[in-house]
Amino acid sequence: MSTRPAETLDRGAAPWLFAAALATTMPHFAHQPVWLSVLATAIFAWAGWLWWRNERLPGRWPLALLVAIASGGVLFEFRTLFGRDAGVAMLVVFMALKLLELRSRRDATVVVTLGYFLLLTHYFYSQSIPTGLWLLAAMTLLTATLIRLNGGPLSTTVATLRYAGLLTLQAVPFMLVLYLLFPRVAGPLWGLPQDANSGRSGLSDQMTPGNIANLALSSEIAFRARFAEPPPQRDKLYWRGPVLENYDGLTWRPQGGRGRPPQIEALSPPIAYETTLEPQQQRWLLALDAPGALGPEFVLSGTLTATSREPLSQRQRFALTATLDFRFNPNEDADALRRNLTLPPERNPRARALAQSWKETTPDPADLVKKALSLFAEEKFFYTLQPPLLGEQPVDDFLFDTRRGFCEHYASAFVFLMRAAGVPARIVTGYQGGEANPVDGFVVVRQSDAHAWAEVWLAGSGWTRVDPTAAVSPARVEGGIAAAMPAGEPVPALIQLRSDWMRTLLFRWEAVNNAWNQYVLGYNPQRQRELLARLGMPDADWRKLAAALAIVCGVLLLAVTAWTLHQRPRLDPAARLWQKALRRLARSKVNCAPWETPLALLQRVETEHPSLAPALREIVVAYLQARYSGIPDDLTTLRAALARLP
Amino acid sequence: MGIVADLKRRLFRWRSDGTAPLRLAQRRIFILPTRAGLLFAAALLAMLTGAINYNLALGHALVFLLAGLALVGMVHAFRNLHGLCIAPGRCVPVFAGEVAHFPLHLSSDRNAPRLALELRAADETRSVATAVAAHGLSDVAVPVASVRRGWLELPRTRLATTYPLGLFVAWSYLQPSMRCLVYPQPLPTPLPPPQATNRTGDHHGDGGQEDFSGFRQRQPADSPRHVAWKASARDAGQRPLLVKQFAGGARSELQLDWSLTPDAAAPETRIAILAGWVLAAADEGACYGLRLPGQEIAPDSGEAHRHRCLEALALFPK
Repeated sequence: MSTRPAETLDRGAAPWLFAAALATTMPHFAHQPVWLSVLATAIFAWAGWLWWRNERLPGRWPLALLVAIASGGVLFEFRTLFGRDAGVAMLVVFMALKLLELRSRRDATVVVTLGYFLLLTHYFYSQSIPTGLWLLAAMTLLTATLIRLNGGPLSTTVATLRYAGLLTLQAVPFMLVLYLLFPRVAGPLWGLPQDANSGRSGLSDQMTPGNIANLALSSEIAFRARFAEPPPQRDKLYWRGPVLENYDGLTWRPQGGRGRPPQIEALSPPIAYETTLEPQQQRWLLALDAPGALGPEFVLSGTLTATSREPLSQRQRFALTATLDFRFNPNEDADALRRNLTLPPERNPRARALAQSWKETTPDPADLVKKALSLFAEEKFFYTLQPPLLGEQPVDDFLFDTRRGFCEHYASAFVFLMRAAGVPARIVTGYQGGEANPVDGFVVVRQSDAHAWAEVWLAGSGWTRVDPTAAVSPARVEGGIAAAMPAGEPVPALIQLRSDWMRTLLFRWEAVNNAWNQYVLGYNPQRQRELLARLGMPDADWRKLAAALAIVCGVLLLAVTAWTLHQRPRLDPAARLWQKALRRLARSKVNCAPWETPLALLQRVETEHPSLAPALREIVVAYLQARYSGIPDDLTTLRAALARLP
Repeated sequence: MGIVADLKRRLFRWRSDGTAPLRLAQRRIFILPTRAGLLFAAALLAMLTGAINYNLALGHALVFLLAGLALVGMVHAFRNLHGLCIAPGRCVPVFAGEVAHFPLHLSSDRNAPRLALELRAADETRSVATAVAAHGLSDVAVPVASVRRGWLELPRTRLATTYPLGLFVAWSYLQPSMRCLVYPQPLPTPLPPPQATNRTGDHHGDGGQEDFSGFRQRQPADSPRHVAWKASARDAGQRPLLVKQFAGGARSELQLDWSLTPDAAAPETRIAILAGWVLAAADEGACYGLRLPGQEIAPDSGEAHRHRCLEALALFPK
């Protein structure tokens, strides 16, 4: 019996703390600078070695030196000590260093609390199902560590882990209630650090050859759409992003400003759909052409691009409508038309000359479009993700020399030709196509579906979509990028999958992920309001929610307490076997009265059913032995005797 | 009596008669967060802010799961005490200045063990930790420093646990009627000369060396042949070696008299001197009597006699 047991930390607790520290920091090694992971691992190893050899922990100065080294490294690497990534890096370092400072129970408690905090930081990088499961396991390990710390060496490993699992299970109902009812606040509460949402790829707002080709190698999901009716044909699915009207000879850029409100004349009934955008740090809604009415949080520009007022930094869902056949701005501004005829002077003379020659033979714009498309279709143009580099005259180089390119090369060359021939034209970027997941019916649009096409303005019909890539490679528009690529070209593995069962598996996995994203991760203030309205609390404010939470949690707490304090009576194993013997006797029409002792019963059986008596005698003797002799756990004779009872 | 003290007395009184075993029920168990619990709460608050700020759905879930875990941990800390049976035991007398131990017998009829129980008497820095196995028993002795001779009552004792998570401390106050006799602190002084005249012709010592009169602690000078092995082996060898004592005619008879102590000394000092004499006489195996103002104990020897004398000194009115 020691004095002040609360302060001492027994030796056997250290492995638990090491395991907890590793489980909470290791996943960060995947995206941290390598030197940091190496440093943390070295500190772990050192702490483990000291523990193994039972040596003294280092004093204050070596620790201060290590903190200084690590902080300097983080400062050099991230240019700050705060912010998301730098903060996480510092936490990892502190976690490792704390292991060199494990002297008392308080130090150990700090390690566990820090561990719980570190769990949260993993969600900056991934909130997928596997991450969630791994962190649930790590959390249980941390809880087990806490139990081990408080229970001391008496709490054995298996019992401790079991206890931690039990506590976690009992905490789950509280989590569910809080998740649904805790008053949700839409973040962020303050300006996020610069790196808050970094590392996400997506469409960019300008186009230089090579941009989209980079995206095309990514099978990441850009957004998902669900149609109320069966989804339209794939070649009708043009998801509109930024429209690029200004060309400086190398790069296409959008015209700033909102412009005149677009005029859309619907030629087919609108179709309803719902889109769930992955975060991409941009504002484009990527609505299906042509978008119908939009909510107040969006702005529809004069070029029909829907943008959000706030950057879409989280996964969000919107209900939208679209008209697939439409007439767009048949009466366009003279300004806009002039802008879409402008070309940088003294560039690409051969392309200009070609366009001029076409114009002289056929002045009709529609015929000029056909002429350009037939050029791509009939001459030897190739669709490839690895186009050769283009020089100072990119359109000339492409049209007359290399003739190998991706959608952006074709769109760019086509628009150049049209403008040179006097037809107003511009580039539209966005996504084209998408794959319907048969499991949940969502149309999945990936980064590899990024696309660039052209729009020309024709008198009477307004802005008309022309996809020059379709002229070169119809498969790109009808079957997606994997269909369009010649064999031997690099295509992301996921897009390339051809075997059926793997596709099915992939579809299922993505459907599960989608459900997770939609219903678990997508639970936000708005969905909370919807849920509460359905629960009969349409105007619940935080006060009502707090009251509801208090009541539900109180009831849950009572239930958990009752369940915890209740214990099932433990029937003595010998008594259980005796009950079994009585049930067998009852089959032979011998019933034991409640007041009859085993010996009294035996006496009665000896006179009334002599045939059963010898077997019963053995059982009674063995039972009395097992139950009352005080020799623990010797039930073999009783079992054997029971087996001999008919 | 201040309001707080009054409230404490009402809240924490031992509801049984103080000697019967006590079974801890929910009304006796109190729960508050520990410092680790407050740290945990602060961490949760920071995590919730982070989860809101970065809009982490799983961050919210994690914070809520941890909050639920803390609540469940509170219930389990409560359970760790709930239903525990405590019965007071018997105290062994100590000398003033020594640590008195108040034995308590803890028993549990729960299927799960109760770990990390800590007992601490009020105003004590010493505490004692114990655990009770599933359906098991555990004997603990609550240490209390003794200062003065006389009866030492067990002060209000706090039985606390932070098991399993350490975020909450559940505790209960125990105050069984237990008292421990505290002998006066002995002052080693040379023994007064034996008063041969006083008891000449007394029948004591007639039996010679063969007349067994009791045990005393073995001194290094005693022959190993005189050690009472059987008596010493009782209590699993926890006792010091004992030597059989015989009332022999050769032994002198002592009368330890209050009037033999210096008159100028304070009463407490005189008691201490007498206690020292009793110990010395008992160690010598002498036959001694004790005479206090208004009280006399006839000469005798042995453990029981020694206790009687020391008890009389301990309880001598101040």
